[in-house]
Amino acid sequence: MAVSETVAAPHPTATPTPRKPRRGPRGRDAAYWLYLLPGAVLFILVIGAPLVGTGYLSLTKWSGIGDPTFVGLDNYQQLLHDDVFWASFRNTVAMIVAMVVVPTLLGLLLAAVLFDVIGRRFKPRTAAALRAAFYLPQVLPVVVAGIVWGWILRPDGAFNSLLDAVGLGALRHDWLGDPGTALPAVMAVMIWVQIGYPVVVFMAALQRVDPELYEAAEVDGANWLHRFRAITLPQIRPETFVVALTCTIAALKVFGPIFALTRGGPENATNVPSYFAYYTFFKKLQVGYGSAISTVLTVIIVVVAVLFIWMQARSERRDRGF
Amino acid sequence: MAVMITEAPAPAGRPVRDRHHRGVSRWVVLALVTVGALVMLVPFAFMLLNAFKSPGDYSSGGPLSWPTEFYTKGLRTYWTEVNFPLKLWNSTLIAGSVAVLGVAVSLLNAYALGIGRVRGRLWIVGLFLLANMLPQEALIYPLYYVAKEIGLYNTQLSVIIIFTVIQSAFGTYLLASVMGTFPRSLLEAAALDGAGKWTVLWRVVFPNLRPTLAVLLIFFFIWTWNEFLIPLVMLIDNQTQTIPVALASLQGDRLMDAPTTNAGSLISLVPAILFFLIFQRTLARGITAGAEK
Repeated sequence: MAVSETVAAPHPTATPTPRKPRRGPRGRDAAYWLYLLPGAVLFILVIGAPLVGTGYLSLTKWSGIGDPTFVGLDNYQQLLHDDVFWASFRNTVAMIVAMVVVPTLLGLLLAAVLFDVIGRRFKPRTAAALRAAFYLPQVLPVVVAGIVWGWILRPDGAFNSLLDAVGLGALRHDWLGDPGTALPAVMAVMIWVQIGYPVVVFMAALQRVDPELYEAAEVDGANWLHRFRAITLPQIRPETFVVALTCTIAALKVFGPIFALTRGGPENATNVPSYFAYYTFFKKLQVGYGSAISTVLTVIIVVVAVLFIWMQARSERRDRGF
Repeated sequence: MAVMITEAPAPAGRPVRDRHHRGVSRWVVLALVTVGALVMLVPFAFMLLNAFKSPGDYSSGGPLSWPTEFYTKGLRTYWTEVNFPLKLWNSTLIAGSVAVLGVAVSLLNAYALGIGRVRGRLWIVGLFLLANMLPQEALIYPLYYVAKEIGLYNTQLSVIIIFTVIQSAFGTYLLASVMGTFPRSLLEAAALDGAGKWTVLWRVVFPNLRPTLAVLLIFFFIWTWNEFLIPLVMLIDNQTQTIPVALASLQGDRLMDAPTTNAGSLISLVPAILFFLIFQRTLARGITAGAEK
């Protein structure tokens, strides 16, 4: 990061250290805590306290009016036997496939092809334009994207008309209305939404890779696939971790597209934990039960995040030869 | 998205021999990727095609027909029925306030953590990072309940406060690691000049971090603009709703025939696409700056 010249330069002629900065042990300074104060207060009010509140409410029965009744672990016991709850988590696995696995793999391939083949063998502008096309869905409010797709996939929507137009009219279908096709249809939309993110991050990462590595490999006669596996993948592993982590968290939390596309239906075929929690809170007014769903989801997300960060730290240590 | 692609100069004496110039394979690759990119754009084409089509045209010709007239009544209906300018203002007010306040809070937090290196900073940074990953469902009911109790329910202020904290959790994590590598010599030089911590923050740290802060500001703006669950729960009437919430709450409404749905989606996308075009250079720089760290 370039250091701007507005920084006060030390005056060599100034009187020697007129004021020694007061410092605590190991250069720490208690006065810095003051800077953390506003952020910490806000954090406790908006994140800490509500989180504890949800945890407490998950041990109660409450409709949102009057006083909650403490019921211990009843809600969690009920969750274990709730088919909708299990269905929502099965669908989360489908969301991870659509929002993490496919976009990351496809994104690696596309980024490598755009950077290495199209960026070098054609004009860089061509690669940039193609990248922008893949990235465009990422800038839209995801709910708006969901509403457009909801219309496209309707029985009388554009997708069925397109099938008719190319002579595949026999395949016409109520894509989001049939429990058998709703989940694959939502997955396809999520791949469309998500793909641009890994493409952009991986293309930025590839610029960091030393071109001499590729040249050396080329001299050794390695083909494109060899180089991709031996150089590209290991070199951009940090970015791959970041993409996999952020996409996994996003897949576990997905709400807006489900709300806009299917509201979890038909017959819970596309229900996910966050929509299930929202519905339980605000439509069924079962605040205790909704809190239990949210708490389980929170625990899963924290465990996944900690696991990812631990794996990343371990792989970095291994790279350094410890 | 302008990104510099640095080509290493080919070392002298080595024949420039490469795999893709040899055959037609590079053209095949280009064709495949172009087809993929066009498929990505198809939904936008559908939307544009149907946003300016009259309902009669739509019912007789279907979604793929070319409109027989340039019909803007759907667009105008949506614009006036949902009072789109007000929604635009609500979204701008919320996203703009969150961007500025979120960056300010992140900067103060990160100053204590990255430069002040207060005790236990690794744990505190980890806590902020985790907070950013929490599902909003885990916070929403208590926030909704308390907002109702203290009269902040259905106000833009409630959403601004909540997202300032949620976004600054990420900002704190990012800026704390950036400030952790801030050149100590600059800080020591300023301290020798007698500058206090407040002065150092605004005269030394802030000017140096300005590019990173700009990227963060844009990210916060766009992320908040696109947020859905918390605005959906907190903002319930026409006076306070944001653009995505307004569009979603009209879904299934009698007003929303196919052309109006497409017209409404189209004008709801325009601001997002405009930010993207305006800020893409800053963002591309920011992404690469982040990757180089």
